[in-house]
Amino acid sequence: MTLWLTLLGMALVTFALRAAFLVLPPGIETPPLLKRALRYVPAAVLTAIWAPEVLVQNEQLPAGVVAIAVAWRWRMTFATIIAGLLALHLFAWLM
Amino acid sequence: MLLGIIPFGVITGVAMVASGIPPLVAMLMSILVFAGASMVASAQLLASNAPALMIVLTTLIINLRFMMYSASLRLHFADAPLGRRLAVAYLIADNVYGLMLGRFAEHPDDPGKYEYFLGAGLVVWAAWQAAVLGGILIGAGVPAAWRLEFAAPLAFIAISIPFLRERATIVAALAAGAAVVLTSELPFRLAIVAAAATGIVAGLVFERKRA
Repeated sequence: MTLWLTLLGMALVTFALRAAFLVLPPGIETPPLLKRALRYVPAAVLTAIWAPEVLVQNEQLPAGVVAIAVAWRWRMTFATIIAGLLALHLFAWLM
Repeated sequence: MLLGIIPFGVITGVAMVASGIPPLVAMLMSILVFAGASMVASAQLLASNAPALMIVLTTLIINLRFMMYSASLRLHFADAPLGRRLAVAYLIADNVYGLMLGRFAEHPDDPGKYEYFLGAGLVVWAAWQAAVLGGILIGAGVPAAWRLEFAAPLAFIAISIPFLRERATIVAALAAGAAVVLTSELPFRLAIVAAAATGIVAGLVFERKRA
């Protein structure tokens, strides 16, 4: 029951976020503060998702640094994942 | 682009099944929610018996970025029929939004915006669902020694970096990262709520100071 309730809640909340501004009738302006606040959401939330897994005292930290460098330089998700996983195993072996 | 979401989709499927969600419900969740990070987080929370409301709140914060994409895409689709706008809404994802921005940010008046978004969105959607299905079927079959679960944070590193184009967004990311580590003792991933709020406020304050 909890599982179904959770699933339904997640689906509704997620679709509501996606649809929020697309279903607004034309002519309604986004409040400026909300617009400015929303600009920081992806950087803040995405970083908060990965930081706890990377900022720890073992091989995940240097592997994360490698992944950040690869992502910064090449902007390719697959290359970032491969480089990060290889670095993880390399540093686990070295450390 | 597609190569990146496939390993992430696979580990999302693996994570859901590993946390005890029945395979069919996991697939249904993937189709209805269609947001990987929130599904991985929810799987972990479900396994630790977190209350449903807590899981939905975490989902809200993790997926709050879709609201920003929604606001940004409104510039391109405000005049489209409602059905098309709802289709766009359902297909919003980090990489689809990235593709759209890359193609139309500088040329907002080019034709074929809806077709482009729908095409990119459906390809990403199908690849994602196939990857999740693969992960669900593999289940616990991936050797733990491969440490494939680390692919999830790696995918998010790759997705987050392109957003760090100006100082204010970098400040927001650094503040959020620091906050999530400092509040990691909070139960039920409330740290992510604290981090999101800290990052947004830090970005706004920094922007105001410079103005």
